[in-house]
Amino acid sequence: MSTAAVVESPAGSRVHYLNASYGIKSWLFTTDHKRIALLYLGSITFMFFIGGAAATLIRLHLIEPTGALVQPETYNKLFTVHGVVMIFFFLIPSIPAVLGNFLVPLMVGARDLAFPRINLLSWYLYTIAALLALYAVVSGGVDTGWTFYTPYSSTYAHTQVIATALAAFIAGFSSILTGLNFIVTIHKMRAPGLTWFRLPLFIWAMYATSIIQILGTPVLAITIVLLAAERLLHVGIFDPKIGGDPILFQHLFWFYSHPAVYIMILPGMGVVSELIACFARKRIFGYSMIAFSSLAIAVLGFLVWGHHMFVTGQSVYAGLIFSVLSFMVAIPSAIKVFNWTATLYKGSISYEAPMLYALGFIGLFTMGGLTGLFLASLATDVHLTGTYFIVAHFHYIMVGGAVMAYLGGIHFWWPKITGRLYPDGWARFAALIIFVGFNLTFFPQFVLGYLGMPRRYAVYPAEFQVLNVMSSAGASILGIGYLIPLIYLIWSIRYGPVAGPNPWGAKGLEWETPSPPPTENFEEIPIVTEEAYAYAEPEDVHG
Amino acid sequence: MAELSAGSAHAAVHPPGLRHHFEDMEQQHEAGNLGMWVFLVTEILFFGGLFAAYAIYRSLYLPGFEAGSRLLDVKLGATNTAVLIGSSLTMALAVHAAQTGKRKALIFFLLLTMVLGAVFLGIKFDEYATKWHHGLVPGLKWAPDEEMYKNAPLGSVELFFCFYFFMTGLHALHMIIGFGIMTVMTLEAWGGKFSAEYYAPVEVSGLYWHFVDIVWIFLFPLLYLIGGRY
Repeated sequence: MSTAAVVESPAGSRVHYLNASYGIKSWLFTTDHKRIALLYLGSITFMFFIGGAAATLIRLHLIEPTGALVQPETYNKLFTVHGVVMIFFFLIPSIPAVLGNFLVPLMVGARDLAFPRINLLSWYLYTIAALLALYAVVSGGVDTGWTFYTPYSSTYAHTQVIATALAAFIAGFSSILTGLNFIVTIHKMRAPGLTWFRLPLFIWAMYATSIIQILGTPVLAITIVLLAAERLLHVGIFDPKIGGDPILFQHLFWFYSHPAVYIMILPGMGVVSELIACFARKRIFGYSMIAFSSLAIAVLGFLVWGHHMFVTGQSVYAGLIFSVLSFMVAIPSAIKVFNWTATLYKGSISYEAPMLYALGFIGLFTMGGLTGLFLASLATDVHLTGTYFIVAHFHYIMVGGAVMAYLGGIHFWWPKITGRLYPDGWARFAALIIFVGFNLTFFPQFVLGYLGMPRRYAVYPAEFQVLNVMSSAGASILGIGYLIPLIYLIWSIRYGPVAGPNPWGAKGLEWETPSPPPTENFEEIPIVTEEAYAYAEPEDVHG
Repeated sequence: MAELSAGSAHAAVHPPGLRHHFEDMEQQHEAGNLGMWVFLVTEILFFGGLFAAYAIYRSLYLPGFEAGSRLLDVKLGATNTAVLIGSSLTMALAVHAAQTGKRKALIFFLLLTMVLGAVFLGIKFDEYATKWHHGLVPGLKWAPDEEMYKNAPLGSVELFFCFYFFMTGLHALHMIIGFGIMTVMTLEAWGGKFSAEYYAPVEVSGLYWHFVDIVWIFLFPLLYLIGGRY
């Protein structure tokens, strides 16, 4: 570890949030944001492996051009399950509901979130939604893709559309309540002296994310209600029989679901800002630019949904405007990447496991972002849309970006959450395996897409087999990479060395309270007297 | 990075109604208010999706929407508008009574608000029954008289009624939830929970009630009035 841990009294003698009370009820009825974060951690890890199992079956099936494993109908259900579970039940709640829940009150110097009971309610809503989604899977599955496009999902549906859509609807309310809680907490519960521009960038990212959650999710909710009503009544506003327009469903759906991409990636950017500053031992470069670029992404994210519909027949002029606005998203994204690399410049960098994830994030997110520009160009999009190029692009953002950041964050704050250290060697090894496995899985898909292999097909021409086998091989490496942390993190809870309050020598209020923190977070509410990331400068950079 | 603060509000006398994680009543009050405002923003977008869809289809199928609008009973709609605006007044008076610590007045105005809400829902139910009787319910009972919609295309009249039922139904659902909230507030006021120092739940419930009213203020002209009737 980079710095010597402050010696604490032996673990167990001190009362903290984990040993303050025992028994299943003390967890199921807790209003402690830290315990709720752990409830979420358990639930979303479970859902992650469900979604991962579906992905494994997809990649196994695609080893053979004629399909090695399942019937085409089953294949449709597999990729739908993978998408629905990973997006609504893993990526959207991942960083906000686990790390955000745990860290937002600690980072702003509060005893809890503003509405602790609503916080618990949001976990219950999530759980009910997850169970409903799993019920839909075992009772026949759903084959519309995670996008629920009408009329697949209305007039011509013959699978569990209503149950799955209702699950997404309920999960949406869970997400709204989390966002609402964060906004109020960040506005009203900051410790004395903690001004907006002293906040950690993770808080800025969570704030921007919360704004998207409260503005976007309700639109998805009403769209799902309208869809469910149409399925039940066999008539509705997307029904072409009475003049309804199925394309309107796509507009309403993407009005939420494009911003939802930023619900998934913005928190990851917040995590990476924390990691880069800590492991480069430097004040973050361009603090306010990074903070405002999060808000800029949140705003721009609402103006670009039409780029999912370049070939669905929207007007050419709408396409032009959506294309220009989509290009503009590259500006705040690039601002972040440049500021992170500028922070690294002349930093005293060390390569602990969280930092490996952060560096992996920067590289993979940049590739994902740049390939997004290909898709924002009208002409190239016509060629690339609906192919594996899209699949590769968003997996570079979502898996290479969001999941990498999530794992980096989990590794960074694990000593704070559990009070224990994990074996650093294994952690670095896993980070490396994940990076290699990820690239082997998804890089060939860029090529496949460019060559014209369409997404969502159960079979493909024989000439694409080599690249598909590469991708499947990468997926198995990636799968192993995800299992290793599961094992050593669980091991560390019992057997890991005691971490002490600040094993990384990091800055921030969360590192000033013991690990694990007491139930009310701080003995006394701290008074903040300096900026975030006040690391001692290794040398005078202005000299 | 930080020093420990000296005195903490926690050590001071704990006022009734103050939850443990807030420093003082003011912080709790502000947090509660902001929470409800943020929630109302989500509500605006929840209804917003429907309003956007309504606007698009109205511009596409004007004759059908006008014909559909003429089939609604504008007198009942207008009565309901008056009833709801009245209930907003009684709600505002209830909040004022809570702020000034007048328990009896608070209970009286809360009950009056609920009575007006019930009148609204009763009239709405009567309207729905009439639509059912005339076969104007898409999906469940759609068999309108040809006399009723004249020359307008039947499909877009049905589309109009899809919107009518979704929008007013969603609004009525919010009224029913508001009715439930007011019941809880009345019971708590009866139990003497509120005082001039602690009235935030009443104030926040009032915000919700006014919001539901405002939605109706938009629904009434969009559905009942701008049908080319006058």
